[in-house]
Amino acid sequence: MSVKSGLRPIRLALWALVALALIGLAWVQVISPRLQALSDGGMANLGRGDYRLVTGDGQPFTQDSLKGQPTAVFFGFTHCPDVCPTTLGDISGWQEDLARAGKTLRVFLVTVDPERDSPEVMRDYVSWVPGVQGVSGSPEEIAKALKAFRVYARKAALEGGDYTMDHSAMVLLFDRDGRYSGLIGYQEDADRVRASLERLVAG
Amino acid sequence: MRTIFLATLAALALHVPDVWAQAHSGHAGAIPMPVMLGDLVISRGYGRATPPHAPVGTGYLSIQNQGRVPDRLLGAESPAAGRVEIHRMAMRDGVMRMRPLPKGIEIPAGATVDLRPGGAHLMLMALKAPLVEGARLPVKLRFERAGRIEVQLAVGPLDATGGHE
Repeated sequence: MSVKSGLRPIRLALWALVALALIGLAWVQVISPRLQALSDGGMANLGRGDYRLVTGDGQPFTQDSLKGQPTAVFFGFTHCPDVCPTTLGDISGWQEDLARAGKTLRVFLVTVDPERDSPEVMRDYVSWVPGVQGVSGSPEEIAKALKAFRVYARKAALEGGDYTMDHSAMVLLFDRDGRYSGLIGYQEDADRVRASLERLVAG
Repeated sequence: MRTIFLATLAALALHVPDVWAQAHSGHAGAIPMPVMLGDLVISRGYGRATPPHAPVGTGYLSIQNQGRVPDRLLGAESPAAGRVEIHRMAMRDGVMRMRPLPKGIEIPAGATVDLRPGGAHLMLMALKAPLVEGARLPVKLRFERAGRIEVQLAVGPLDATGGHE
């Protein structure tokens, strides 16, 4: 019996362990961080897409509309009895606070219900809050925007052929370069909101 | 002397139409809150002014059941809307959903049920005209046991969240 051939299985096992160790190291140091960056990159791309919508004033609303100044975007519809007026009321308060510091926040309300909410309807719907523009467009373009902003929206039937829309209720924030900069949850604590907005308009 | 007397009478007479109008403002029969109906105390009723072009509006109120038997708010009507339904909001994972409650809302014995923003509300559909802050909104409520009553909701601002007696 030769010593070399007796050790062969052990050597193979040891080399296998080394291979595993190298793979593990590669994962931790290289592969996993790249995957992480890809998913973060997803959030950093929030709002980017080839959607073409229209504001209540007849101006185009595209991914480039997020650039130039700090912007907030949220999604709703005019048959919304509760969340949308409440959010608009909250925004009205934020605008007052920011105005005292000489700042403005540009806000867009994009409809999730293009079948009923034309750009003109949206224009009227937001006319009572300063700095807010309504946005609408064709159902196809709205669908593209929903995807770009990762917003959930779904028709839910009501009696008599009527329907309501389930939809995400948060306000998305974008810095002056049009980059996603965080969100404000529905009815979030006022102090936290103030801090988020101050950071946004300062940065 | 007589001239002054007549002048005063005339001045007072000019105000009669105002007083008359104030006493009879709002829908005939609509009772301002708080209101008792059987074992129920209905209070803090208010509506929200509607944004321009909003086809729906909301009403909120509190119902206290002072009795020992549960009751149920089955439905409502209002001259301000084509129809009124009872709906409930539910927020989960950042998504807001609204669902009708076709069977209405139970008012358990000894409990108070608040219809308020973020929860249940009277959904006024097919609004006939915008709801304006400061106006009175008549609503007929229909309860399973206590019966029917017409009440007045005070219309507050578009994002109103509190009622008053």
